[in-house]
Amino acid sequence: MTNFDHLAEQMDQIVARYPKSRSAVMPLLHLLQSDQGAVTMEGISVIADRLELTTAEVTAVASFYTMYKRRDVGRHHIGVCTNTLCAVLGGDAVYDAIAQRLSAGHNESTADGQFHLERIECQAACTHAPVMTVDWEFMDNQTPSSAVEVIDALARGDRVESTRGPVIRDFAATEHTMAFPDDGLAGEGTPVDAIMLAGLTVAGELNMTAPKPSSSAQSKEDHS
Amino acid sequence: MTIASGSEQTQTDLVDVVVDDINVRVPKGTLVIRVAEQMGVEIPRFCDHPLLDPVAACRMCLIEIDGVPKPQPACAITVADGMKIRTQRTSPVAEKAQSGVMEFLLLNHPLDCPICDKGGECPLQNQAMSSGRGETRFEGKKRTFEKPIAISSQILLDRERCVSCARCTRFADQIAGDPMLELLERGAQQQVGVADDAPFNSYFSGNTIQICPVGALTSTLYRFRSRPFDLVSTPTTCEHCASGCSLRTDVRRGEVTRRLAWDDPEVNEEWNCDKGRFAFRYIRQDRIESPLVREDGRLRPASWPEALDIAARGLAAAQGRVGVLTGGRLTAEDAYSYAKFARVALRTDDIDFRARMASDEEAQFLAALVAGQPLGPTYADLDAASNVVLVGFEPEDESPIVLLRLRRAALKANTRVWSISASLTGGLAKMQGTWVPCQPGAEAQVMDDAQKDGSDDAFGAALRTPGAVLLVGERLAGIPGALSAAAALARNTGARLGWVPRRAGERGALDAGALSGLLPGGRPLTDPAARREVSDLWGVQADELPRYAGRRGSVPIAQSADAVIVAGVDPVDDPQGEQLMAALAGDRFVLSLETHHGPISELADVVLPVAVDAERAGTYVDWEGRSRSFGTAISGVTTVTDSRVLAMLADAMDESIGRGDVMELRAELATLGHWTGDRMSAPDVRPAPPAAGGLRLASWRLLLDLGRMQQGEPHLAGTARPTEAVMSAATAASRGLTEGSLVTVSTPDGSLTLPLRLDEVAHDTVWLPMHSPGCSIVQDLGAVPGDVVEVVPGGPR
Amino acid sequence: MTLTPVITEFWDRPDLYTLAGYERTGGYRALRTALAMDPDAIISQVKDTGLRGRGGAGFPTGLKWSFVPQGDDKPHYLVVNADESEPGACKDVPIMIANPHALVEGVIISSFAIRASHAVIYIRGEVPEAIRRVALAVSEAEAAGHLGHNIHGSGFDLKVIVHSGAGAYICGEETALLDSLEGYRGQPRLKPPFPAVAGLYSAPTVVNNVETITNIPWIINNGVEWFRQFGTEKSPGFKVFAVSGHVRRPGIYEAPLGITMRELLDYAGGMRDGSEVKFWVPGGSSVPMLTADHLDVPLTYEAMVEAGTMLGTGTPMVFDQTVSVVKAVTRWLEFYKHESCGKCTPCREGTFWITGVLKQFENGEGNDPDLDLLNELCEQIMGRSFCALGDAAATPYPAAVKLFRDEFITATHTPVDQTFDPARSFVFSETALSEVGAR
Repeated sequence: MTNFDHLAEQMDQIVARYPKSRSAVMPLLHLLQSDQGAVTMEGISVIADRLELTTAEVTAVASFYTMYKRRDVGRHHIGVCTNTLCAVLGGDAVYDAIAQRLSAGHNESTADGQFHLERIECQAACTHAPVMTVDWEFMDNQTPSSAVEVIDALARGDRVESTRGPVIRDFAATEHTMAFPDDGLAGEGTPVDAIMLAGLTVAGELNMTAPKPSSSAQSKEDHS
Repeated sequence: MTIASGSEQTQTDLVDVVVDDINVRVPKGTLVIRVAEQMGVEIPRFCDHPLLDPVAACRMCLIEIDGVPKPQPACAITVADGMKIRTQRTSPVAEKAQSGVMEFLLLNHPLDCPICDKGGECPLQNQAMSSGRGETRFEGKKRTFEKPIAISSQILLDRERCVSCARCTRFADQIAGDPMLELLERGAQQQVGVADDAPFNSYFSGNTIQICPVGALTSTLYRFRSRPFDLVSTPTTCEHCASGCSLRTDVRRGEVTRRLAWDDPEVNEEWNCDKGRFAFRYIRQDRIESPLVREDGRLRPASWPEALDIAARGLAAAQGRVGVLTGGRLTAEDAYSYAKFARVALRTDDIDFRARMASDEEAQFLAALVAGQPLGPTYADLDAASNVVLVGFEPEDESPIVLLRLRRAALKANTRVWSISASLTGGLAKMQGTWVPCQPGAEAQVMDDAQKDGSDDAFGAALRTPGAVLLVGERLAGIPGALSAAAALARNTGARLGWVPRRAGERGALDAGALSGLLPGGRPLTDPAARREVSDLWGVQADELPRYAGRRGSVPIAQSADAVIVAGVDPVDDPQGEQLMAALAGDRFVLSLETHHGPISELADVVLPVAVDAERAGTYVDWEGRSRSFGTAISGVTTVTDSRVLAMLADAMDESIGRGDVMELRAELATLGHWTGDRMSAPDVRPAPPAAGGLRLASWRLLLDLGRMQQGEPHLAGTARPTEAVMSAATAASRGLTEGSLVTVSTPDGSLTLPLRLDEVAHDTVWLPMHSPGCSIVQDLGAVPGDVVEVVPGGPR
Repeated sequence: MTLTPVITEFWDRPDLYTLAGYERTGGYRALRTALAMDPDAIISQVKDTGLRGRGGAGFPTGLKWSFVPQGDDKPHYLVVNADESEPGACKDVPIMIANPHALVEGVIISSFAIRASHAVIYIRGEVPEAIRRVALAVSEAEAAGHLGHNIHGSGFDLKVIVHSGAGAYICGEETALLDSLEGYRGQPRLKPPFPAVAGLYSAPTVVNNVETITNIPWIINNGVEWFRQFGTEKSPGFKVFAVSGHVRRPGIYEAPLGITMRELLDYAGGMRDGSEVKFWVPGGSSVPMLTADHLDVPLTYEAMVEAGTMLGTGTPMVFDQTVSVVKAVTRWLEFYKHESCGKCTPCREGTFWITGVLKQFENGEGNDPDLDLLNELCEQIMGRSFCALGDAAATPYPAAVKLFRDEFITATHTPVDQTFDPARSFVFSETALSEVGAR
């Protein structure tokens, strides 16, 4: 039986966050996944004990959400969006290139445990298509070759920076961020990129601004 | 047309609605599907179940409501005044919506009806036959799963048949309080399942099979055994405990093939426990098939006339010195026959049905407060109660329907449950109950303290609220002063008092007079009016009835008798079983009326085989005092009842107690009715002074254990609770014991080794199951609850 | 119509995500104004602006707030729906990344208005960058006394929890989100009761979208009249549009509601070289597609409905002539099949069936009669499923087959990849492909 004492304090902190303890089940699953590389039966059992739930109740939750993995993900989770927009803009080719490079298919891990490949659904980054993620950090605007380069760099242990986020850590670290979101990395990288500023840039070029409030609006507000 | 649920329904609570152009007035808040049902309009449904919260998941019951753009689920919409509802009968929209859902439901459903247990009684099949398409439009590959998977040793799951109605999972969560069966995965892969480490070992698991609207859940016991149209069904009453469940017994070619919970809103609603559902193969196992007589020290088969003749002569020879011991399995009619036979044919009052832990105090308690009392407190009283206090009674193990009813009352009707018990059990937690920790043996003192004026015990205050109920278990007979204190507590607080015995026949036997000092209907033997009423009916002179109350308790009765009639007694139920067996083995004539071979029939002089309840009609009286009559389900081994044997014996002894016919006996019992005259006063035994030091033994029988009528049911036994010792962390720590490790529990008479679990248990107390595999406290430790035991780490020395 | 950066005005400041950076743009001024107001007055003001929910359904925000019973002695909750997962929707995540404090300030003011002492920001799990930036903003706001006990001496207490999802589109449905947040499977609940009466932990709860809540500080600062000068009578205000697809400059464009797709396309640099609009979807895959014929329809709630679609999330995806509509619809249905929660029959089984049939078309093995069968199956889902996910799944096909029936007929004999060379749709060159030997 694995010992989970090292997580006890963090589990307590997560449970304390919520008005009702059962709400902690999702962050606890993230925490245990960070620790174990997957949602294991032992992890489920620890959570069930902590929240006074049955293991079936925790299993029911764990198996509902795509991000909780039943098998060990390994060091890096690689996601490629193959939903319509990313797919037609090149996501299918990016996926194929990575699959070929890794000799792994959807929801499969490489033999060396370095990578786990998944076709992912829309990442809320359609403006940055085709989108890839490494340990869920954005790797926007990929081409097949750029994606493979990312994989190769990761395989070499090189420093790889998210296109809109921090330097890539590993899957376990991101899962820990899910459980403890204020991870100290919010200032890393350049998360606001030219695409997010596209409208602001055009507006600047065209001297377009939103109208400022008139004094009458201000005074009306003061009365309310 | 007005459909009102009760006569007290006031006009303001009713609303006018139109269903399929018919005006109806119904209580506000009624679900559309119920309104239609009551009008005789069947809206098809799969997820809807009247005892489960609406979920509106299957979408089969879509109907049209005027002014609402989309079809609405009839199972989840409550009626509002002026609502115009159209079902599939008058609405093409509803009809089309339903047929669309039907097509989707059948999409991935296998065409395996010919080999499916549910075929022939399957709501999905019926609906498909009545309104499904003849041909599928789906040409793809159906979803398949590995099949079946065992979600417990008792229940198998064929996931490809499941329509995700969630009836089973909602039952587990909402009714049983055992959320160990859940919906897993998502979308088209959604499936019912259990955690990898925990099977669906709920005492109520079998209900999920019954409410499954398809054949996804089946039992190992019934799977592939029968077709519904091969079954002959008989309404029966469960013989396993005093809950009084109404059952349906299904028989195929003369054999009981399965049992289902039958709908009785006043008692078990539509549920029962797994023991009642699955433990019935004892009916066929190890039965005594012909009369036996002892010759040269050995039992040999004999003809009925020969056996009756020997029995009659044996009894006649001991005239006046015959004892009668009857156990908890007897029907009310049979118990009455023993009561009558003892007094009329044997001229004895040495009769006791309590083949278990018993005391004189208990007999007095029962005579004063329980025997022959009219119905109540009832299940409905529990629903309506402000507070219910349990003492010496663990409903989940000892009367499971009481648990289900109390649980619902606690969750939905704000009934507060209290338990004076050695441990905070899972059952109490399910009822969100309040635990009043009590070392075993101290129950009397705890109640006595609370009944005194000025007591500030919270449960005592709870009992003083209007509608409060005090429920005491049969186990309190083993605690001196406990039943006296309970009687005083009820009297002084105004709470209603209920006595919950463990076995199905106890209350009926008590009411029938199968206890010394008591004639049928709770009549005191020594009361002249009572004697007159009974002797008139029995056709004897009042002074022919025994004048004084006889002996009590199986051992005193057996020891002082020259002949003993024993019926339905299992010595393992009795802490004094060993002494009883010794007494019966002595130089006495022993007549055994028995269904199964057992230790007592083995040493009897004459053994007369009698029918089990499936083979005969009869009545059990449940803990409420409610008569639960049942009919004959099978012809089986024998149709001869105890009553019939006693009638024949009486004839052979030139006495007459009637024909022993069930209808005749029921008529006599009805004629006698309840005694309304004076009764014995309640006992006033003082609580024993608290014993000093030592670790106290707490124990009761688990629902599923080594009980005789559960034998030969390995699948059922596989769902039983593990055999383990339970104590509090503090008590364990003080003795150097750790969770999960083996501990040895011992008394001067013996020892047991079993794993330890830590839980909420009273201090200096260890709980053991009373009669489970590897742990029988009477046989292994010679102990009863409240006794001092030693617990040390590790296995036997 | 011009672009009007309001929410996005200062996004080019690298430190905007910090408390100091946000405060330099006037941040948390609205909070102090609001705390001096009567909470009911805030609700009225939001009501008067006519602000409509930016999550897709467009329900009036102030009205939603006013449904919360006050003086009921129950805890109230504000839950921010940051589960942006709809294909095409990509505006909440940028807001959270670029200006998380605006969201947090909106949360505080909104909570004060509805008298909530707990707020939860439920962010989909797959976007750690948004999660960490919002979490930092919450921590900083707390340290600055904008959150916590007796905020700025107002007597108002608020705790904000940042909750990470775990991959389930259905949790964007507000009641599924609440079940998820309570630690259950994220399946939608029966309504009524509505969340405003019995939401999180059965207590009155408002569930609002990220962009909706982010509007609040500006509404407090600038007032009703200012707000209503943007947009139309029925669709007042500005909108963070996210334009994606075969346009030259995909990205975030903030403009008043009522701007047209042609104007937005123009700002986005027009279609890529040699390309023309084949079909576009105004607000996520759950709304019916339009064609170039509809480029001049104002992007408002009402005009979009009139055009037979919906504004949805206001995040247009634009596809050019290289794209097979059969493939596009098939992928969307695969998405709905993957994300169907399984609770109700029509959605669970319908998406399973339709996806299978569409895959046949994609492979050039479609059957002519199935075109009508698919329409019928969509009808059997639409309005019959438990929640809007089923309706959404039943949306793409009928619109597509109405506009491009020929393409589906071609797909009865020719695989779509033969009719539409996938590489022509890619936004990178064929060289990039050959370099890695992907094809």
